[in-house]
Order: sequence, then structure tokens, then C-alpha cells
Amino acid sequence: MREISVNEISKNIKEMCIQANHFLSEDMRCAFREAEQKEKSPLGRQILDQLEENLKIAGEDMIPICQDTGMAVVFLKVGQEVHFVDGNITDAVNEGVRQGYVEGYLRKSVVKDPIERVNTGDNTPAVIHYELTAGDQVEITVAPKGFGSENMSRVFMLKPADGIEGVKEAILSAVKDAGPNACPPMVVGVGIGGTFEKCALMAKHALTRDGSEESPVAYVRELEKEMLEKINCLGIGPGGLGGTMTAFKVNIETYPTHIAGLPVAVNICCHVNRHIHRVI
Amino acid sequence: MEKHIQVPISREDARNLKSGDYVYLTGTIYTARDAAHKRMQEALDSGAELPINPDRNVIYYMGPSPAREGRPIGSAGPTTASRMDKYAPRLLDLGLGAMIGKGKRNQNVIDAIVRNGSVYFAAVGGAGALLSKCILKSDVIAYEDLGAEAIRKLEVKDFPVIVVIDSEGNNLYETAVKEYAVNIEK
Repeated sequence: MREISVNEISKNIKEMCIQANHFLSEDMRCAFREAEQKEKSPLGRQILDQLEENLKIAGEDMIPICQDTGMAVVFLKVGQEVHFVDGNITDAVNEGVRQGYVEGYLRKSVVKDPIERVNTGDNTPAVIHYELTAGDQVEITVAPKGFGSENMSRVFMLKPADGIEGVKEAILSAVKDAGPNACPPMVVGVGIGGTFEKCALMAKHALTRDGSEESPVAYVRELEKEMLEKINCLGIGPGGLGGTMTAFKVNIETYPTHIAGLPVAVNICCHVNRHIHRVI
Repeated sequence: MEKHIQVPISREDARNLKSGDYVYLTGTIYTARDAAHKRMQEALDSGAELPINPDRNVIYYMGPSPAREGRPIGSAGPTTASRMDKYAPRLLDLGLGAMIGKGKRNQNVIDAIVRNGSVYFAAVGGAGALLSKCILKSDVIAYEDLGAEAIRKLEVKDFPVIVVIDSEGNNLYETAVKEYAVNIEK
């Protein structure tokens, strides 16, 4: 058994919220550089240039990369040997988000109720996904999610007979409909299988994958490559103003599913794909 | 084509802009997004006066992050314009000169743009730090309780935008995408 103070979790979450909103991770910076080489549209290249300049200004002057500093999505992988002390873990995560957004000059974009819509004033609560795992460590992923792209995300409850062709069609139609609204070049997270909520969660989690990683499953790896190629043939381009770089990456996760179903979720993220990991 | 334009925007300037033009705006613009548009709509419905006169003015669909000390504004990029589609035609009919946002507009908005000789600009989504450098001054002038969604008066200098929908209804999102789309077999 290892004791971890929840105050340590708060402190880390606070720092991660601020860091994620000002500095894009190295894999995303790398994706930008590659995209500039590949983009065929002059206006598209100009926009990619502006976005790189934007990243530079954000880091140097501590201005958030995007004014939509997101709803804080937090994945917590907790080792079953861990014993949290000094308070409630969920409260601690929200306290970290609160401190990060208030002290870090980040926008407060969360309303207390989806219909009454009064702002909570500190960007809490976060959306927290817990997972129990072996060991005595806590793995934290903070992924502030902007809603321009979140609003363009979709869940499809396909039939088993639709097969892989149905999955491809679903992914392409979601990206096509998203178009300029999702601030391309996008990262496309896909969840295939499981249940209604499981595929959505996998699609979200897929967005936090490091840009250099691919699926460990051979056919999924091929599907990721094929879909990226097809998406980049749609012509949407940077800012949706035409071009060959519509998506940086397609990340797909899969899970066993029911004999009667083929759930597919497509969670789209804009080019400000913020994700930070720490292990405690 | 690159153009420099003063805002509020004259009728002539608005009509001369063509889909695909790269434009630098200098002058005064106003921010409003979902909640402010809803309130303006309610004001119009009840016969109350709007906090801003739409005539020839430019509305920027934007809610900034908080400003650090010594700066006029925080990160300040465009939000998705389609969420304001429900409200935009009425403001366009009241003379709204232009809108700045990102993403598609529906046919009602496009019709109102053509009917009124207005224009829809896109600013680059997700470039909020860069765009904030073109904003010299920011004052909340209405609906302060809405926080990031309050109406702000902005002084801008060479604020970069692209004409997406012009006064003839040409739509860059459609034309440019066609140009770069490659036929793929399913």
C-alpha cells in the first residue's frame, strides 16, 4: 500500500491545465512541421504558418493557444495499491482544475446546468474517467477539450452486416460534416465496439495517444492509415479553406462487442489537441 | 487578393469584397456569441434598444480568455459561427455590415448576406494568441454578467480575416474544398 496525498493530485492537475493550454506537446508540434511540408494549397500553408506562429506567441507570452481553453477531461489510472489520503480524490481533481483555470488566466467555459446555463465561474467540474489498474502509481492525463470540434463528434450504432466498410463510411461522413467547424487539421479519435458509452470513451481516449504511436492491432493500423489518406482527399484543408491537410492523425481503439452490434464513435479534435501525461 | 479595410465597414467596401480575399481590418468591432445574441434577440422581441447599433458594424463571434496584467485581452480567436445562424439574419436586415467567425453558415444566413450586401469573414480558428496581438483595446459595453460572453468593443489594427461568403453568395468553403478534393473509390 502506498499513501498519496490528494493535495499532490490537485497540484499536478493545476500545473497540467496551465501547461496544456499554453504549450502543445512535442508530437503535435512535429505534426505541424510535417503538415507544412505536405500541404499543397498556398492559403493552406499560410494558415499552417499562422498556427505555428500562434504556438510560438502562446508559449512566449503566456497567452492560451486558443481562447476555448476547454472543458477539462481527466483520465486517472489508479494503481490498486494506492491509498489516497487528506481528502476526496474527485474533489481534489476539481480543486486542481479550479486553481489552474483561475490562476492560469484560462477561460471559464462550463455552465452548471445544460438548460439553465449559468457559468460555474471556475471551469469546474471536470469530466473524470477513473480506471483501476495494477501497481502503486497514479497515471494522470489532462486533455482540455474545445467544443468547436466536440460539437462535430458522432456516435453510430451500426449493424454487424455493415462491417468495416460501414465503419469507414461513418468516419468519413463525420469528418466531412465537421469540415471547417472543427478547426482542421484535426485529430480524429475513433472507438469501435463495446457498448454505446464504451465506444465514445474509447474515441475520446484515442485523442490522447502520442502522435508517434500506432494501434498494436495489424488491421486497425491499416485502417488508421487508409482513413487518414481518404480524409486528406476530402479537400477540406487547414481552416476548412481548401487543401490536402485535413487531418494530422486517425487514432482508433477497439473493444469486444455484442453479437448484435457494431458501435462506432468518432470524436474529433481541432489542431489544438491538448494532452499531457504524468505518472505519480 | 490582399486588402486593407476600415471598420465599421462601408456599403461599398462590403460589396467590393470577393470570396477568397485576404483582408486586414482596422477600426472598431464588437464581440458577441451565443448568450449575447440570445439577449439581443429578446431585446428586439420586446421592443427594447440593442446595446449596439448593427448598422454597418462588424460582429466578431468571440469570447476571450481573461487578460493578464498589462494586456488588453487574452486569447481571442473565433468561435463556430453556425450557432449564431438562428439570430444573424435579423441583425443583417438591421444593417449589420459583416460577421467574423469560423465554419459554415446556413442558407438563411447566406440569403440575408446577399439581400443586404453584407459579408462573412473567417478568422483562423485556434489562432487566439496570434489574433490577440491585433487587438489594441477591449472594453465590456454590455451584458457584463455573461463573463466571456459579454459584448465587448474592440479596437483592432490589421486584424487578419478571409472573405468566405461575399455579397453575391459565393462561398469559399465550397469552392476551395472542391478544388482540392480528390476522387476516392469507396
